Amino acid sequence: MASDQHQNPLGQSRSRNRRIGLALFAIYVLLYVGFMGIVLFQPDALSWRPFGGVNLAIAYGMVLIAAAFILAVLYMVACRRRTPDA
Amino acid sequence: MLYDSSPVAIAIFAAFVVGVVAFSFWLGRKGQSATGYYAAHGQIHWFVNGIAFAGDYLSAASFLGICGMIAFYGYDGFLYSIGFLAGWIVALFVIAEPIKALGKFTFADALDARFNSRGIKLAVAVSTLVVSVFYLIPQMVGAGHLIVPLLGLPYAAGVILVGVAVTLIVVTAGMVSTTWVQFIKGGLLVFFCGILVLLILNRGLLVNAGRSSAVNLTPQVRTVTPAGRVLINGQPQSRENDLRPVGTLHALPERYGEARTTGPLRPLEYLSTLEDSQIITWSARRHSDEAGSHTTYTPTVREGRDLLKPGGYFKGLSSGKLTDQLDFASLMLALFCGTASLPHILIRYYTVKDADAARKSTVVGIAAIGGFYVLTLYLGLGAMTSGALDPTSSNMAAPLLAKSFGETLFAVISAIAFTTVLGTVSGLIMAGSGAVAHDLVENCWGLQMTDHEKVRAGKIAAVGLGIIAMALGILFKNFNVSFLVGWAFHIAASANLPALVMLLFWPRTTKQGITAAVTVGMFASLGWILLSADTFEKVYGLARTDSPMPFSQPGLVTIPLGFLVLVVVSLLSPPPVGAPASSRLQ
Repeated sequence: MASDQHQNPLGQSRSRNRRIGLALFAIYVLLYVGFMGIVLFQPDALSWRPFGGVNLAIAYGMVLIAAAFILAVLYMVACRRRTPDA
Repeated sequence: MLYDSSPVAIAIFAAFVVGVVAFSFWLGRKGQSATGYYAAHGQIHWFVNGIAFAGDYLSAASFLGICGMIAFYGYDGFLYSIGFLAGWIVALFVIAEPIKALGKFTFADALDARFNSRGIKLAVAVSTLVVSVFYLIPQMVGAGHLIVPLLGLPYAAGVILVGVAVTLIVVTAGMVSTTWVQFIKGGLLVFFCGILVLLILNRGLLVNAGRSSAVNLTPQVRTVTPAGRVLINGQPQSRENDLRPVGTLHALPERYGEARTTGPLRPLEYLSTLEDSQIITWSARRHSDEAGSHTTYTPTVREGRDLLKPGGYFKGLSSGKLTDQLDFASLMLALFCGTASLPHILIRYYTVKDADAARKSTVVGIAAIGGFYVLTLYLGLGAMTSGALDPTSSNMAAPLLAKSFGETLFAVISAIAFTTVLGTVSGLIMAGSGAVAHDLVENCWGLQMTDHEKVRAGKIAAVGLGIIAMALGILFKNFNVSFLVGWAFHIAASANLPALVMLLFWPRTTKQGITAAVTVGMFASLGWILLSADTFEKVYGLARTDSPMPFSQPGLVTIPLGFLVLVVVSLLSPPPVGAPASSRLQ
């Protein structure tokens, strides 16, 4: 691993970052498409009130907003750990 | 509705604008190179840049438009919030790093970094200009509509005020000042909206907005006579005879019994209590006869649980019609893809030192923007039950909500809304002037310029764009702001995203492919929009059914079309020559 880093450090870390980015992106896309799917095809489900008295429509929306932030932080941390950044 | 212009409001407003412009002049005294003008010396701190992202992004559509849409129609405005924010995921995870590594000054540089192609430069510069202009129009329209009730000036004056202020800011110090303008604006916006939400939660929910008078369910009619006079309920509009403000809570949940107020509520409590309540919204129906064009506003009692789910604005979601569903999915796709494709957002990646700083600043941006969109849900719902809404203008919902808490807060929020527009418009003019001066003049026409001349070219372009923006803002006065922003997102996503993504991830991409994809994407989405039912109805005044397009939002078709064109044209053209090691992305 150390010699790899030596030969093409920037390229290595860039492609690792890219893979992390795409993996996290895929997670978000699943969440987002899931939401859109419910809105389009099972709209009645959105009135369901799981806990706290707020319905699924609002809860899921909040989850998407929170997920964007959490995934962004994960990405930043994961990338920083892997690159002695240039 | 008629509004009194308040001296307090004017004073605070003037103080804000003058302060911001003065600050920009002060910053402008530092000398500028072309690097400085366009990319802010690459030295902006990541936190500042992150908040500036928020200031840049949270435009009139986010603040005024979404809040207004929620206040008028319920949940559906929140769908816009979700879509707008989700776009940042595309920006961060797919685009951010490679862009930073590739580009120098502008978006066109990033797309062109591997090939030195005039075709690409031209196509991208034009697409940047077109998108910037389409995004500029709703901002100017928003500004004009803000000024009318706030300062009592005519609509055109508001538009010109924005145009002049922004052009001054941009011409004096370029990117540096716009970054700081956006930082201030972003910070203030989130902060004061936070205060407003705290006040909303503290006030709780009040039956009939706390008024002891009886509930008034009589319809109101606003008439515009052929001569252009405005009548309310048949009589001329005046201070004594004006539209009643609307939007109140009708009944609290049963567990509150006879109580007419809930007292302070926690955030989730506020939402769940609203769901169990009944709210008086209103419907608007238009008809014309020889006496003029009449709009009847009829108060309607609705269940909270029906308002807090999708379907209030996007009627197709409850009707189940395929074309309506496609329309909605298409809009959500365009919002998702559009953020990363907006030229004025991408430019901001160049203003930090390195990739790590770019990531950090995007995280800060997402936190601020996401937090703000959560706030807009409360702002919109608070406005819906405030008893203070003007049924003719959803854009005024947020400021009027603030007014229900006091004149000072109203003035502050309106001034911030105005600087919201200032910030966004300056970013757009920067992107546009960069496209013209740097891409078109220097790269396409091959005019070699000194550093000093480049800066001057940028400034001349900025002034020109400012004038065009003012003219269009006056022309498009009666347009729905979110509708216009949607246009910009569709065009950006169709023209820019396929080229950007494929360049970054598919080595077989050729310069002909990029040029073709940008050109086709832009013209296809633009053409679709100009031929859509919405445009037929609102622009040309023709019948919706005359439109040849099956649904109004092009993204679902034109974005994949962009990808398809790029792949086909790239495969048909010679493979790209092996790129030099430093720009290989493998």
